[in-house]
Amino acid sequence: MRARVTAILLLLAGATGCSGVEPWVKPYERQNFADPIMSADRDPVSSAYLNHVFEAREGARGALGSHGGGCGCN
Amino acid sequence: MKATRYLLVLAVAAVAAPASGGVLPEDRADVLYHRYDGGGVTIDGPSLLVRKKFAEKYSVSANYYVDMVSSASIDVVTTASPYKEERTQGSLAFDMLNDKTQYSVSVTNSDENDYTANSASFDLSQDLFGDLTTLSIGFSRGWDEVRKRGDANFNEPVDRRSYRLGLSQILTPTLMMGFAFETVTDEGFLNNPYRSVRYLDPDSPAGYAYQPEVYPRTRTSNAASLSARYFLPYRAAVHGEYRYFTDTWGIDASTLQIGYTHPLGKQWILEAGYRWYNQSAADFYSDLFDRPDAQNFMGRDKELSTFTSHMLSAGATYELPSFGWKFLRRSTVNLFYDRIRYEYDDFRDVTAGGAPGTEQLYGFDADVLRLFVSGWF
Repeated sequence: MRARVTAILLLLAGATGCSGVEPWVKPYERQNFADPIMSADRDPVSSAYLNHVFEAREGARGALGSHGGGCGCN
Repeated sequence: MKATRYLLVLAVAAVAAPASGGVLPEDRADVLYHRYDGGGVTIDGPSLLVRKKFAEKYSVSANYYVDMVSSASIDVVTTASPYKEERTQGSLAFDMLNDKTQYSVSVTNSDENDYTANSASFDLSQDLFGDLTTLSIGFSRGWDEVRKRGDANFNEPVDRRSYRLGLSQILTPTLMMGFAFETVTDEGFLNNPYRSVRYLDPDSPAGYAYQPEVYPRTRTSNAASLSARYFLPYRAAVHGEYRYFTDTWGIDASTLQIGYTHPLGKQWILEAGYRWYNQSAADFYSDLFDRPDAQNFMGRDKELSTFTSHMLSAGATYELPSFGWKFLRRSTVNLFYDRIRYEYDDFRDVTAGGAPGTEQLYGFDADVLRLFVSGWF
């Protein structure tokens, strides 16, 4: 069983690594992602502060798209 | 003191370069004024960030951040006295780009009169598959020292570790998606040395009394998020994010966020958004225990209670006209305002009066302001 899993993993690795995935969105089609409005974290100093507001007042933490952040007070 | 509880994750937040394996972030400087006002607490102060590339391969950044706190929160007015304190934090980060791989290290120190926190982080991101995919991993380690005013002998350590995994993927010429997973572990003195829990006490005139809270000395949490950002045909963007969180204290939480970004001409970018957050209570949380020492672990921190919050956001960015200065390529002035409503399901407002355990449930509104100028050079 373990050998079969290993073989499948190796096959998958080979399929993705060696054959080379053809980029289906060409470089000249990516101008939208260079637009600042598509940036997930346009102003890090500002988003870090807001994450800090959340994490100081919520039980949850982590896995925030653009790193985490947080502190604050009672 | 609670100001530094989550320093570990904050450590990398402002200074670390956004995960984009193939390109170092632009040289920029930001000067931000922040203000939080809600629930009897006002916190404001500056945050300064400077980032500079050199040799097109290396980048350094520094962040200086201050929280000036004036607190008369419900916890404080019911069991202690209003107070003022200040927390200062400094971070340094170094990024290196090697082909499509970016390495980042950062260190942070935070200090206030009864809490010191130090942390170090390492992050790595790699562009894959024709740069359509960015994979990132990260690790942080934090060393905190908890002290207590009025008790010179009180000195407790906290050890924190964070493990992160991120994936961002361009799916179509107008759509990108992101996935993030993070595990955080804490070990040490995790509660607030000043906070108390409430228990029924027939001998007290109020019908209840207080004793210090006791938390477990370990906590492990897992969080996973999925996000998407879509470019609309008329040059605007919508984005959404969902995060699920669970931890060994019994807290489960969901966060849902949506936003809309709309440029106006060449100089304005307007934003609007909504965020919803909901969590269940920690296993050892209670607003009112039925007797003293009712359990091994006891907490009455409203952050460990069952609650929901709603946040409405609005913001504007204005691109300033050129000053004709050679070293300044462009600059912006930005104003963001958020209004947050917190509604607690099992945390009661003891100042409202009534028989113990029947007081009205607590809730409050908070105003959050961010005003900043940014310059790119």
